[in-house]
Amino acid sequence: MLQTIAERLRQQYRTVPYPSAHPVLSERFMGRPHINAHTCTANAGCTACMEVCPTQALALQEGTLGLDMGRCTFCGKCAKACPQSALTFTKEYRLASSTRQGLWVFPSPEPADAPVPSQVQPFDHPMLPSLRRSCRLREVSAAGCNACEADCNVLGTIVFDLPRFGIDYVASPRHADGLLITGPLPRNMQLATQKCYTAVTPPKLVMAVGACAISGGLFSGLEAEGEGAPAHLTVNLFIPGCPPHPYTILDGMLRFLGKQVP
Amino acid sequence: MANHITLMNGTSVPVHSIPSLGIGEFSQWLTDELHNRARVCAFFAGPQENDSQNNRTSRMLYAVLARDAENSLAVAATPAPQAYPAFTPAMPALHLFERELYEETGIEPTGHPWLKPVRFPATPHGPAIGIADFFTVTGEDVHEVAVGPIHAGIIECGHFRFQCQGEVVMHLEISLGYHHRGIEKALQGGPTKRTLPFMETLAGDTTIGHSWAYSTIIEALAHLPVAPRGQALRAVALELERLANHTGDLGALAGDIGYLPTSAFCGRLRGDFLNITALLCGNRFGRNLVCPGGTAVAADAALCRTMVERLHLAAKDVEGAANLMWRTGSVLSRMMGIGTVPEKAARDLGLVGPAARASGLPCDARSTHPLPGMRGHDLHTHTLQAGDVFARATMRHKEIQESVAFITRMLQSLPEGEVYSHPTPGCSNTPPLAPHTLAVALVEGWRGEVCHVAMTGAQGNFARYKVMDPSFHNWIGLAMALRGQQISDFPLCNKSFNLSYCGHDL
Ligand code: SF4
Repeated sequence: MLQTIAERLRQQYRTVPYPSAHPVLSERFMGRPHINAHTCTANAGCTACMEVCPTQALALQEGTLGLDMGRCTFCGKCAKACPQSALTFTKEYRLASSTRQGLWVFPSPEPADAPVPSQVQPFDHPMLPSLRRSCRLREVSAAGCNACEADCNVLGTIVFDLPRFGIDYVASPRHADGLLITGPLPRNMQLATQKCYTAVTPPKLVMAVGACAISGGLFSGLEAEGEGAPAHLTVNLFIPGCPPHPYTILDGMLRFLGKQVP
Repeated sequence: MANHITLMNGTSVPVHSIPSLGIGEFSQWLTDELHNRARVCAFFAGPQENDSQNNRTSRMLYAVLARDAENSLAVAATPAPQAYPAFTPAMPALHLFERELYEETGIEPTGHPWLKPVRFPATPHGPAIGIADFFTVTGEDVHEVAVGPIHAGIIECGHFRFQCQGEVVMHLEISLGYHHRGIEKALQGGPTKRTLPFMETLAGDTTIGHSWAYSTIIEALAHLPVAPRGQALRAVALELERLANHTGDLGALAGDIGYLPTSAFCGRLRGDFLNITALLCGNRFGRNLVCPGGTAVAADAALCRTMVERLHLAAKDVEGAANLMWRTGSVLSRMMGIGTVPEKAARDLGLVGPAARASGLPCDARSTHPLPGMRGHDLHTHTLQAGDVFARATMRHKEIQESVAFITRMLQSLPEGEVYSHPTPGCSNTPPLAPHTLAVALVEGWRGEVCHVAMTGAQGNFARYKVMDPSFHNWIGLAMALRGQQISDFPLCNKSFNLSYCGHDL
């Protein structure tokens, strides 16, 4: 008993000051991509970035280059391949979006460190005031690789202490307000996920966390038919990354519930 | 003529140099090896070939065995028959390999005691996921508990059936396949720009283990030397992966017992180790770190110093957290004598990694099959005899201590020079691979031996790429551990193994 207390005193209080302070991320963290509109020559035929991308996240849309964060694994190969250094990755971790379209990044005339407005709208539902106080989620690992799962799990540790925001992961879908889906949702997980969704109580919100859950990510186009959650369910919140940083997930959830974030 | 060919870990041999034995001779060779000196790393069907040069028109079956005492691997082949007498009754370690073979090719190991689906892949005639001939027990007071595929926590999906009498579990059947993404098939014809990312996500908690094994395969097939500094950084990253997961598992075990101090401390500390990996490559799980030829990221002296400092801070707290648990009688009594896998069962079933070592088997590829350039950088291989949850838990703690010392040694004396040997940094273009060649790579990941076997075709692309995550060997170990235990012991037994579903399902 005394040893436990002594160890607790030695290891100190470790919950992060977030949301009253910005998180500290690693120097090499790869956040929101930025495409420099002044230097990108994709509209003039350059395809260097598209050629190296493993997930076809880069595509021309009406002549301009677009980067779909819903497919991107943030591997950085495109940035290395760009002959103009027009494509860079910023330290911006706030990437979530209420819409699929909001995950696209297009060339911008602004500098890379200029603030970008959040794409998350607070959940448009009469239950929002009560969800803000208590939101319970059932996590479904729909063939995730266990990295997204780990970064959802870590939010429950003393470091992030998710319950202090009124958000909890629960064991049964019947106790849940919604699903948090990770993984590409291939054929072998579709029935189980559908059953789980049926058992969730209204408002049955759905969060897709990670490139796989959003679009199938790396596994899109494979024989197992894992094309992500939107192919089967209406998704209310998209949190991109491979896996998303825990702060990216937390920021997305808090904005979605209309809470204060840095 | 010898009935097999030997090679070292991380090397390759021409496919035509692998002796082809008759099925009877092959069976005899396997039996002799497995009963006397070797363990099975891989057993699989090669590509469907039409190779006029070697006069082989059909498939071959290949077995890759590890002879730990001799630090070598032995490979032999046999022309694939339509059916053959199953090896499993005499060599249980092959039970899942034979089921996999049957599921993938229809080649039938007749007399296999439980020839059930493994991954339920998308085939026109195969059963839908979850439809299997499950074991049942009948009689008075007997009942069945079915769990999953979706579990109560944030964990991967799988289906468990417990056959119980009262509280006692007579048998646990584990039926997986829910995480099947079809990666192995997608690897055929590669390497492509998706190959390395696939390797990094085969099992997202073993990114370094699998990406290192893959890079070793490419190095062996392309005769690409690995940069010594890069190799050393990979070894550091591998141990960081081990530290994060072992620490997390100690915490999870404490959590399942209801001993919250260690659970809370380790939950944080696991993240501290992941963040050290992120210092190196920007990603907490070691993505974009390993690439053929070395590593895609460099580390200067200042970064190495920071990493060592952060490592020691975290390591000190892990010691504190773990020792609290070992000093608490109620925790120890919950772990001791629970979920025992005896040494003989562990050997017969071919268990690997900390689970095998906790049952007394000294198998650790880092010592017995060092990768090129890693000889002399051994870590001490601990073994324990008890084979219970307590042994698997203390094994994690001992390995944490070894890893911390190892990383410190490595980071304080990294070889000078570049981190990659490949002309294009980050290695987006894979160098040409030798045609008609087989390469093997073993990496001792945190769960145990990660084994990759690649065979190239005439153009030097992958005709077959076989991945064995350690979980493939060890799931049966968990089922055995549950025999005769209380059903309430399951969470503890499960956490003490902490196996991968996606690494098994691929
Ligand atoms: S960072 Fe994203 S967009 Fe760029 S190459 Fe990698 S996956 Fe493609």
